[in-house]
Amino acid sequence: MWPNKFDYVRAGSVDEALASAAGGGKFLAGGHSLLPAMKLRLDSPEQLIDIGRIPELQGISANGGLTIGAGTTHDAIASSADVQAMCSALASACGQVGDQGVRNFGTLGGNIAHADPASDPPTVLVACGATINIQGADGKRSVGAEDFFIDLFETALDDGELITSVSLPNCSDCQCAYVKFPHPASRYAIVGVAVCLKMDGDTCAQADVAVGGATVKAVKCADAEAALAGTTLDEAALNAAAEAVKADIAEDLIGDIAYPESYRQQMAGVFLKRAIAAAQG
Amino acid sequence: MQVAITVNGVVHERDVDPRTLLVHFLREELDLTGTKIGCDTSQCGACTVQLDGKVLKSCTLLAVQADGAEVTTIEGLAENGEHHPMQTAFWENHGLQCGYCTPGMIMASAAFVRDNPGASEGEIRHYLEGNICRCTGYHNIVKAVKQVADAAAGA
Ligand SMILES: Cc1cc2nc3c(=O)[nH]c(=O)nc-3n(C[C@H](O)[C@H](O)[C@H](O)COP(=O)(O)OP(=O)(O)OC[C@H]3O[C@@H](n4cnc5c(N)ncnc54)[C@H](O)[C@@H]3O)c2cc1C
Ligand code: FES
Ligand code: FES
Repeated sequence: MWPNKFDYVRAGSVDEALASAAGGGKFLAGGHSLLPAMKLRLDSPEQLIDIGRIPELQGISANGGLTIGAGTTHDAIASSADVQAMCSALASACGQVGDQGVRNFGTLGGNIAHADPASDPPTVLVACGATINIQGADGKRSVGAEDFFIDLFETALDDGELITSVSLPNCSDCQCAYVKFPHPASRYAIVGVAVCLKMDGDTCAQADVAVGGATVKAVKCADAEAALAGTTLDEAALNAAAEAVKADIAEDLIGDIAYPESYRQQMAGVFLKRAIAAAQG
Repeated sequence: MQVAITVNGVVHERDVDPRTLLVHFLREELDLTGTKIGCDTSQCGACTVQLDGKVLKSCTLLAVQADGAEVTTIEGLAENGEHHPMQTAFWENHGLQCGYCTPGMIMASAAFVRDNPGASEGEIRHYLEGNICRCTGYHNIVKAVKQVADAAAGA
């Protein structure tokens, strides 16, 4: 299938990309969400600005926290020793995206800009309190992950704005995990749960929980977090959190004929328990 | 737009419409029809090639994105008239029936074993989730890949 015709420009720097974006069109990173949509003619931008070769958007730096260039691929994130040490849940989520071909070319920036509700990385970014760093014609700004994701395929990005990087706090002292219930055909998340537990001996001092896949966007789950904090993560606490998480996501649920809302809601509780077990494992 | 793409060791310079997908470039510009189009929606892996050594679904990349890169297709895997060990293993283990998925399976498997000699059966099955076969039920494909993985690890 051929996409509609478009003009193609290759940007060598962030400034060049932003200048080209003034003329409209879309950024092209790995192309692994945009090109399938264009082939189906669900999208027909008049101009594609290829940002795949901009050096400033590449790579992972670790000092204090993590800064991951928007153009870094899922595979590079999953296999980075720094990400594994400082946010193992993100390494795990990126390692569970699609298949190896997708992970080799799809990027973190493209994934979050696209904001598919069934994506994996956004759930971890919301749980772990990531910051999305953005640059536009009017300068730079940063948005917390929780505010960045607004609705189905909708983010806080304005037209012509570019994600340059994603920053994450150092989670090496936390127990964190991402587990997903993958769709048997597409491998996208039917439900994905990310947890980040700060332990004080046997007691959970603080719990951060987010759910994706089941919802229009990745949702931070305050009730489930409250049910876990201050407990020893005993069975009663886990059962309470699994109940609470269903209320946390009730307003944002999505479903389809195979996996309706009520089923996904139930599975969020099941996968929350699995995520906690994985974080402690 | 003018591109220069090295395919199986030969540089090809062409003027392409930017919307040309890499798989069209390979099949229609270069007549390298070993690479198949299956789903055309990035799911099945029939179009799998290697770009700078990395596994890629060539229906999901523009030819202009591959400008300056090195692409290897199924036609480029044999060396000096000798099949690549993965091709031989598919032959010996009857890892194909209709053969439509085979070029993609072999390109993906060859890259996998290069990076993961000694891979287990479970790892092989997990890795091949991006390549779909409608015929074989996968058992003989996995057997073929395991044979090469074992040999690569000196087992
Ligand atoms: C078969 C298949 C299976 C998949 N399975 C999963 C899965 O299980 N889990 C999952 O999470 N994802 C999955 N994906 C999606 C994958 O993660 C995509 O690679 C990713 O969503 C898009 O990244 P990209 O670099 O390819 O972006 P592109 O396709 O190039 O761009 C996507 C969108 O983001 C915009 N964009 C890109 N970069 C930027 C930037 N820096 N700033 C602003 N806007 C930008 C583009 O303009 C476009 O609108 C799958 C994809 C495929 C094809
Ligand atoms: S034809 Fe490219 S993945 Fe199916
Ligand atoms: S051998 Fe027919 S699709 Fe795999």
